Amino acid sequence: MNFQSSTQAVDSVFIFIVAISVALLTGIVATMVYFVVRYSRERNPDPENIEGNLLLEIVWVVIPLIIVLAMFFYGWRGFRFMRTAPANALLVKAYASMWRWDFEYDNGRKTDRLIVPSGRPVKLVITSRDVLHSLFIPAFRVKEDAVPGMLTHLWFLPDGTGDYDLFCSEYCGTGHSEMITKVQVMTAEDFRKWRLEAPHEKTGEDVDGVPALLRKKGCLACHSIDGTRKIGPTFKGLFMSRVIVVTGGKEHEVTANEQYLRRSVMEPEADIVKGFPPVMPREKDNLTEEELSSIVGFIKGLRE
Amino acid sequence: MPEQPDFYTTTGNKSGLWSWIFSTDHKRIGVLYLFSLLVFFSIGAAFGLLMRLELIAPGKTIVEAATYNAFFTLHGVIMIFLFIIPGIPVSLGNFFLPLQIGAGDLAFPRINLLSWWLYMAGGLMALMSLFLGSGPPDTGWTFYAPYSIRTGTNVTMAVSAAFVLGFSSILTGLNFVTTIHRMRAPGMTWFRMPLFVWSLYATAWVQILATPILGITLLLVVTERLFGVGFFDPAKGGDPILYQHLFWIYSHPAVYIMVLPAMGVITEIIPVFSRRTIFGYKAIAFSSMAIASVGYFVWGHHMFTSGMSDTSRAVFSFLTFIVAIPSGVKVFNWVASLYKGSIRVDAPLLFSLSFIFLFSLGGLTGLIMGSLATNVHIHGTHFIVAHFHYVMFGGAGFAFIAGLHYWFPKMTGRMYSERRAKTGWAFLFTGFQLLYFPLFILGWQGMPRRYYDYLPDFHPLNAASTVGSWILAAGLIIIFFNLLRSIRNGGQAGPNPWGGTTLEWRTSSPPPAENFEVAPVVTEGPYAYHHKKDRIL
Repeated sequence: MNFQSSTQAVDSVFIFIVAISVALLTGIVATMVYFVVRYSRERNPDPENIEGNLLLEIVWVVIPLIIVLAMFFYGWRGFRFMRTAPANALLVKAYASMWRWDFEYDNGRKTDRLIVPSGRPVKLVITSRDVLHSLFIPAFRVKEDAVPGMLTHLWFLPDGTGDYDLFCSEYCGTGHSEMITKVQVMTAEDFRKWRLEAPHEKTGEDVDGVPALLRKKGCLACHSIDGTRKIGPTFKGLFMSRVIVVTGGKEHEVTANEQYLRRSVMEPEADIVKGFPPVMPREKDNLTEEELSSIVGFIKGLRE
Repeated sequence: MPEQPDFYTTTGNKSGLWSWIFSTDHKRIGVLYLFSLLVFFSIGAAFGLLMRLELIAPGKTIVEAATYNAFFTLHGVIMIFLFIIPGIPVSLGNFFLPLQIGAGDLAFPRINLLSWWLYMAGGLMALMSLFLGSGPPDTGWTFYAPYSIRTGTNVTMAVSAAFVLGFSSILTGLNFVTTIHRMRAPGMTWFRMPLFVWSLYATAWVQILATPILGITLLLVVTERLFGVGFFDPAKGGDPILYQHLFWIYSHPAVYIMVLPAMGVITEIIPVFSRRTIFGYKAIAFSSMAIASVGYFVWGHHMFTSGMSDTSRAVFSFLTFIVAIPSGVKVFNWVASLYKGSIRVDAPLLFSLSFIFLFSLGGLTGLIMGSLATNVHIHGTHFIVAHFHYVMFGGAGFAFIAGLHYWFPKMTGRMYSERRAKTGWAFLFTGFQLLYFPLFILGWQGMPRRYYDYLPDFHPLNAASTVGSWILAAGLIIIFFNLLRSIRNGGQAGPNPWGGTTLEWRTSSPPPAENFEVAPVVTEGPYAYHHKKDRIL
């Protein structure tokens, strides 16, 4: 039982259990169907009354017991391998919050996608900033819950370069299925370069004219910039439009001016746009004044 | 058989609806429960179909994310707390437990009626949580903290509903245990009891001992929501993992509340349709008790990625594999009970054989869930959704339908259309495979559960699954249409259409209000076919 990676550990245990299970299921169903056909009332009008057989009862307790103990043992060994990160693993902190992932490297660099080098084990230390989440990378067969107030961990060995999906797999509210990011596996050389460049850079690169800040802060999980209705209202044409909001259970109409936008980001619970759920987290302690201005400025630019 | 008025015509001093909702006759209460279950099941199934419709394609199809989240929460709450947990014990159990042990009623007929009232109160509260307060609950049926503490939706009402339903369950359990201990007919020793009664006995103990823990847990959630006491939310000094332990200490044994009576139904049907005794009576009886007792100690397998200690994960995995053994024993004995029988595959047996297949598939995929290494990958994905629908619907659901067909002639005095029953089965079975099997593959490919939206790669299998849900729904409609129609239009069934040997077949169909005109005396085991060849159809 020498495991090389979590993928290989999970897959080998899976194949072991599935092979035995398929054999058992085929045996049970084939025997059942054979009896039903062979001992049909036409073929066998006179049944025989067999009350039981102690030896058989012992056989079908003991043999399955041995089988399931083997399954347990194999699964436990694979699991132990998956829980023991090698000493040379790259340590990355993962923060989950509704509904985004943040990763922090030992040199202070922060990202919203998990960037790792190929060929070196990666250990994630995971926590949550609000409710339960779960960090799941199907390609590497690893998963561990993000629990507020607690550190959990997992490790995996990325091999080959490319992008892999990273999901939240513990239900966490309206945006649960939007809480998706990528694991980007680079060559060791590219990773070294990436890691050294602008170590304290906070926002990454702008893509297609959208400030990276919006992606990083998770705004785009719920707000579109092209008019699509997502969990929250779209940013397109929002500035200076007339919006019906609910404040303390009463509906009224407001103009989405700068003051309104700033307040809606920092204290979203104050006015809820009619027809949308009151689920946006307060950004009051998450954004600096410059960041807020930059976000509001961007929304103003999407005026129709 | 002497002519006696059956229990439908014996209304006492009440009439109309009152003769049902205030009746203390276990048979009337059983029928009352049966129709209540059918109503809640239909609502739960409608939510399920809507969820599948939403998932037919990525992105928004019919509803917003928040609505979809309410759908799966209510589908779970209704199916688990209002259909499958009360399920077989309160309907078929209520009706047939006293008949099978030769008793006139349950030990506490009025407590039995109270259980139904509590059940309805809980059910109505669950439905009211849809319309009252700040929107339907959106936590999933597990109410995991701290999300359930923080969400603005009407969780308090839904949780209180489950709390009230728990009392109904406890009282039913107490009633059954007392009845089985004190009210067996003369000569009916423990090992002459039908195995359905054994399964209800094991189930009743789980209901009595495990349900209070759910009650306390849910009460703590309500207290935390209303008064901000920090039990489970770390922001207030609470522990979310404590919530999971408390929740699953009940909710795992609850799985056995759902499936043990189903196993009991299958055990009744197989001997009757193979015209021979059950193979391994004591092994089946003891395996029920073994499942009920070891089942208390495996709750941690719901938490293999929760952050609890690795040692406890290993211990719970080990115990989970152990609890597979008694379930295996049952399957092997059922198959052996067909050996050298004289088998006719009527609808009840057809559903029972399907049960064996679906339950075995569900159980064996449970081994993949129970093994630590593989659990890490498939935990919280569609794999587990497929697994528990095979065990709960393919298992408990199919057994319920099997039992309904088996005991329908006794309950109504009428016979349903065998051809329609089998047509319904064909749709149900085909739709079931198409609906749930793709979810195993989706789960292994990494699609998490409770996802409103998904990546395009997952589209084809999701679409197939949704088509399966329509075929399955057609099967359910044919099956229930057939049964409901036959209540009035079916042919006369007679007291014992299947040639059954247990006591319920010794009284008229439907039975009189007092069950037996002459109290039966038992001189042999429940499946005594060896000297009854003359009674074969």
